Amino acid sequence: MKRYLFLSPYPAVYSRRKVTATPGVVRCAFVFLLATGGLTAGAVAQAQPDMRTPAVVPEPPQRQARVDDTLAQRLAACTACHGKQGRAASDGFYPRIAGKPAGYLYNQLVNFREGRRQYPLMIYMVAHQSDAYLREIAGYFSEQHPPYAALQPVRAAAAVLERGRVLVREGDLARKVPACIACHGQSLTGVPPSIPGLLGLPSDYVSAQFGAWRTGARQAAAPDCMAQVTQRLSVDDISAVAAWLAAQPAGDGAPLTAATGKLPIACGSFPQ
Amino acid sequence: MKNTFLKRGLLAGAAIALLVPAGFIALQFLHDPGSNTPSVPVADAGQQIRQGRYLAQAGDCMACHTTRGGPAYAGGRRIETPFGALYSPNITPDAVSGIGKWSADDFWRALHNGKSRDGHFLYPAFPYTDYTRMPRADSDALFAYFRSLPPVAGQNRAHALRFPYDQRWLLAVWRALYFTPGEFKPDPRRSAQWNRGAYLVQGPGHCSACHAARNALGASEEGIGLGGGLMPTLGWYAPSLTADGEAGLGGWTEAQIVALLKTGVTAQATVFGPMAEVVAQSLQHLTHGDLAAMATYLKSLPPTAAERAGDVALTEPVAEAFLARGAKLYGEHCSSCHKDDGRGAAPAYPPLAGNRAITMASAINPIRIVLNGGFPPGTAGNPRPYGMPPYGPALSDSDVAAVVTFIRNQWGNRAAPVTAQDVGRNRAVPVD
Repeated sequence: MKRYLFLSPYPAVYSRRKVTATPGVVRCAFVFLLATGGLTAGAVAQAQPDMRTPAVVPEPPQRQARVDDTLAQRLAACTACHGKQGRAASDGFYPRIAGKPAGYLYNQLVNFREGRRQYPLMIYMVAHQSDAYLREIAGYFSEQHPPYAALQPVRAAAAVLERGRVLVREGDLARKVPACIACHGQSLTGVPPSIPGLLGLPSDYVSAQFGAWRTGARQAAAPDCMAQVTQRLSVDDISAVAAWLAAQPAGDGAPLTAATGKLPIACGSFPQ
Repeated sequence: MKNTFLKRGLLAGAAIALLVPAGFIALQFLHDPGSNTPSVPVADAGQQIRQGRYLAQAGDCMACHTTRGGPAYAGGRRIETPFGALYSPNITPDAVSGIGKWSADDFWRALHNGKSRDGHFLYPAFPYTDYTRMPRADSDALFAYFRSLPPVAGQNRAHALRFPYDQRWLLAVWRALYFTPGEFKPDPRRSAQWNRGAYLVQGPGHCSACHAARNALGASEEGIGLGGGLMPTLGWYAPSLTADGEAGLGGWTEAQIVALLKTGVTAQATVFGPMAEVVAQSLQHLTHGDLAAMATYLKSLPPTAAERAGDVALTEPVAEAFLARGAKLYGEHCSSCHKDDGRGAAPAYPPLAGNRAITMASAINPIRIVLNGGFPPGTAGNPRPYGMPPYGPALSDSDVAAVVTFIRNQWGNRAAPVTAQDVGRNRAVPVD
């Protein structure tokens, strides 16, 4: 239960509570009775209602409504939460996916499908889709460049924001925490093919991802660099980074053209 | 004198009451029906492996024996049941945790008679109640295929069942009541196509594992019935394949059934939930001939009555207000794809008018679909499906109840209303 607090603003929604359960005592009694030959199989048969239901066969549509054969139309399920063109929604949780590097988006879709990320709604979306379609979906959103939404107000003390700025721009050498900009680009707009930009993300979303890396609910191809970095951060560090990032104007958001050097930490999602 | 007689009678009665069940139970331990059925030698080992691969797909073995994203057939998937959780075993040829040391005879006994290599009873979550209908040649082909896979080392996880279900020996009782080993016997009065379909549905396909109700001990008592059943731990209802009010197929053409099983979408319906997994992993890989055979068989099943939903009191002001709210929400969120007249735009967007998945007595499926959305399965025939947005984050329980009640009672649809409690219960179901 606790880990869902990190994952979602709807913690009660995805607790793993069972839907129904016959009281165990009743079933124990059944086993006992059956074992002693006290009850026949027929006694637990269910009654069949003796009612005929008229056949309901849908009429084929007279005129087939036309549906746009575009990815925008096919992917309306995605933009319902991630906003038009994937620009992020106003509720402060669902992240912007527009303009993120295609390799990053593809890796995330596959990670959801294969159990390395745990958000149930995303798992339902991608569970039975092919690599080819997921690649196409990732490519589509990577090519969208809608304007960034207005910044969400960030409520954090100046000292917290300063701590966030230091971690993002300089890291923490003593704890072997690399600066965010060392991998995500000097302007934090991401590096193709698979390092995401960090601007325009709500602080709730960023905190939730750190929480998921910490509990193992979010994983990536080994070596899982972000999981390693997260283990070196305190809860206060995470809040500080999330707050500072969420307070930065996003600029034009275009990814950098290429990696500028060797990453300070090995990442399975960005082989070098 | 008379008293002694009565006592003796009672004692004898008690002895019979104990010994007869004890005899049945002992029989389960000692008797191995089918153990004298020999392997049939095959000339072409490669062909046997290909046949086994096809049967593994037809049986969707992967659905249980592979974790999400894990190595194929290496087991470890957690399977929730009302009795606790089971973990599927490794069926790759690893010598320690897999079937590396098994013989074709051992494998046949598991499939045909539900016993493991060392003779212990297997839990019937492994659907040997259906696989028992497979002939020895198919069992051997499956075995050859699994033996051809790369072995995956790993530890099988112990089941996490509650007492007394963790006592395997009690399965002797269950088996005596609910399990009859025996190969599929073709019906000579029916066509070869019908018999092939019956075999696939009742045997490897194990359709009744979901499409039949289970009793308090997890057994399906309808035999080969396909009368529909709630999948309690997954939170989906597998509709009746015989009742016209549910997913009875009498009114469908064979081509429509084949198209649904092959591609996941037709003009009438779209598969969702666990059936999407079955289409994606299993059915889309079957030959047209086999799907047509299954359709022939399913269409031939005698129609049954569906559980009838209660009528809605449409005249009550409260119900009217509720439906009006549902209508408003439908206009805001649903009608751009499913259209004002509920006819949808199939195959992208299924019709809701006359769609039996909407009007079944159990409203759990439409509730789940509105809450979580999703895509139909990506298949060779429909590789880039159109998706349904999840409305769980945006709509309250009461709003979802209103819109589901509305679509259940519009355009000639008629079904019992849905409450906010019905919706709330289904927000909490696990992913798998």
